Amino acid sequence: MSFPWANEYKPGNGLTQWLDEKLPLPRFVYNAVGAGYPVPRNLNYMWNFGVLAGFCLVLQIVTGVVLAMHYAANAGVAFDSVEHIMRDVNWGWMLRYAHANGASAFFVVVYLHIFRGFFYSSYKAPREMIWLLGVVIFLLMMATAFMGYVLPWGQMSFWGAKVITGLFGAIPLIGVPIQEWLLGGFAPDNAALNRFFSLHFLLPFVIAGVIILHIWALHIPGSSNPTGVEVKTKSDTVPFHPYYTAKDGFGLGVFLLIYCAVLFFGPNALGHPDNYIPANPLSTPAHIVPEWYFWPFYAILRAFTSDFFFIPAKLMGVLAMFSAILVWFFLPWLDTSPVRSGHYRPLFRKFFYLLVIDILVLGYCGGAPAAEPFVMISQLASMYYFLHFLVILPLVSSIEKPEPLPFSITEAVLGKDESAVLNANPAAA
Amino acid sequence: MVRLFGPLVGLFFAVALLWSFGNGAYTAITEPAPVTAEHEFHLHPKELDLASNGAFGRFDKQQLQRGFQVYKEVCATCHSLKQIAFRDLKAIGYSDAEVKAIAKQWATKATTFNPVTGDRGERDNIASDRIPTVYYAGQGVPPDLSLMTKARHDGGAYVYSLLTGYQEQPAELLKKFPDSKTPDGLHYNPYFANLNLAMPAPITTDGQVTYSDGTKASVDQMSKDVSAFLVWTAEPKLDKRKQTGWAVLGFLLMATVLAYLAKKNVWADKH
Repeated sequence: MSFPWANEYKPGNGLTQWLDEKLPLPRFVYNAVGAGYPVPRNLNYMWNFGVLAGFCLVLQIVTGVVLAMHYAANAGVAFDSVEHIMRDVNWGWMLRYAHANGASAFFVVVYLHIFRGFFYSSYKAPREMIWLLGVVIFLLMMATAFMGYVLPWGQMSFWGAKVITGLFGAIPLIGVPIQEWLLGGFAPDNAALNRFFSLHFLLPFVIAGVIILHIWALHIPGSSNPTGVEVKTKSDTVPFHPYYTAKDGFGLGVFLLIYCAVLFFGPNALGHPDNYIPANPLSTPAHIVPEWYFWPFYAILRAFTSDFFFIPAKLMGVLAMFSAILVWFFLPWLDTSPVRSGHYRPLFRKFFYLLVIDILVLGYCGGAPAAEPFVMISQLASMYYFLHFLVILPLVSSIEKPEPLPFSITEAVLGKDESAVLNANPAAA
Repeated sequence: MVRLFGPLVGLFFAVALLWSFGNGAYTAITEPAPVTAEHEFHLHPKELDLASNGAFGRFDKQQLQRGFQVYKEVCATCHSLKQIAFRDLKAIGYSDAEVKAIAKQWATKATTFNPVTGDRGERDNIASDRIPTVYYAGQGVPPDLSLMTKARHDGGAYVYSLLTGYQEQPAELLKKFPDSKTPDGLHYNPYFANLNLAMPAPITTDGQVTYSDGTKASVDQMSKDVSAFLVWTAEPKLDKRKQTGWAVLGFLLMATVLAYLAKKNVWADKH
């Protein structure tokens, strides 16, 4: 679906006309991300991160495919093959640092994309499916990133794999057999490394597939916008190209500046030094920590320190960690306020900022050693996390009195909208 | 359904967390975690000012050569450097002939295996060989040093601090933690994570190495030089990386300014 005033694709010459009759791919692109897709005119820079996330995926696939040409997925040589890439492969150091920091950049961008969704309630009807697919992408990203981190076969790779696959061991009765089946052994070794490599290569293409569904689902209702007011007339929209291609181009430039500054001047700042020590199953690192983008969830996992009735603490932690993400699937039905944008929801806005702080605190505690006071802080922060989504959000939705909304997007941008006064019939505008 | 079960699930986790929190708080008050000697006496690395530090820093090849000499004459007795081949030394300023000579004269020989006779033997190293692995029979496991400065926080400074940080165990420590006396065969060093390590101080006397460039070989100087050398072995492409980085950032800055102007131009009639 698109708005009735969307530009129509017109083949410019004989070749594109021929192509349009046989396989209308240019028409498809034109309608998806070209001048044929009308987008609200008031999108702010928080709407840049979808395109940036797509860019990051392409970046990861391109660098990753080349790295895979030089990497050897064998526990005996994996570590040295990574050093071979760093030292002997032409521009190998740049590829590897681009890929390792690309993962971080991907998560930064996706977290901002998700928080944009939280603030502007982008998950609300009619866009629930976009949101659900987005959460699926995020879960796939987490799996991919985790398995990618195992591949260099350093100390944190090995022990991270051991801890995370060990989580399955918390499932009663069938947990330990499942864990051994996943690893292909009793502990991470060559079998696990090989299957992680295989899946790490596969999953990005699965992500690409789900992204296509994500964008397809987006094109049915069209993009949301900072006011949360639906598009009414042509004057509320601009064609995606050139308006948002130009804006995304500038956003991409700023993103690349920051990304390259890290890549070339602090490529190991986000990693853990222990991963430059070859994996050693006989020597446990003092603090086993995952990459920074898992820290908030790792803090929730570790927050459960006491058995709860008959449920062991470890199982509670595993349940809570997975629930912390699964709860996002239910967000469209937990937040029942008819108003979308946080701009017009004073009470919701306060809790939103509290949630941001809460997740930052969880992130800090997840990266800190498992000692007091970090454990106690993460317990309180985890508590707020669950209460925010499952108790506060439904409650706020029902008691809050939202501020008045603008009549239309045009009014929100220009301060006035002639169609509001002159014409109540949007089709005529 | 979601609105009915959602809050219940939320309360379930919240109560479980409160239970954990209560237990944790009770334990923290009744049995506070004991303070350890490591916690009180471990020191963060000293400042180390190397030519390669910072976004504009470049390796000082003269210093890297001195550091290599310290490695060769002191460290190589026990520590491997397996990621480095002799040919790599050209990057720190040695000529082809010098590299060949260094390889040929290297104390640990390359091992050979004759697949026809099954005989094992030795031969001189050649430029394309990696620096041969050292097998150490004494106490402790001397780690490979190739990546040491990237495998520790603030690695270059860490190596320098460790080399210059050997000392008598402080009386204050023994008084407070009588059980933490350095065991026999280990050596006290506050820069090491658990304070005691198997390696005795390797660089002990001025002039232990005779530098050919006339630099005075003080303990401090030798420690600095070998730290600088190990920063190079961990990341030989460091100079290239920063050089590329400035070119990339310069290009991106121009491209971003152009993209901004293009955006402004496109949007001129829409605000």
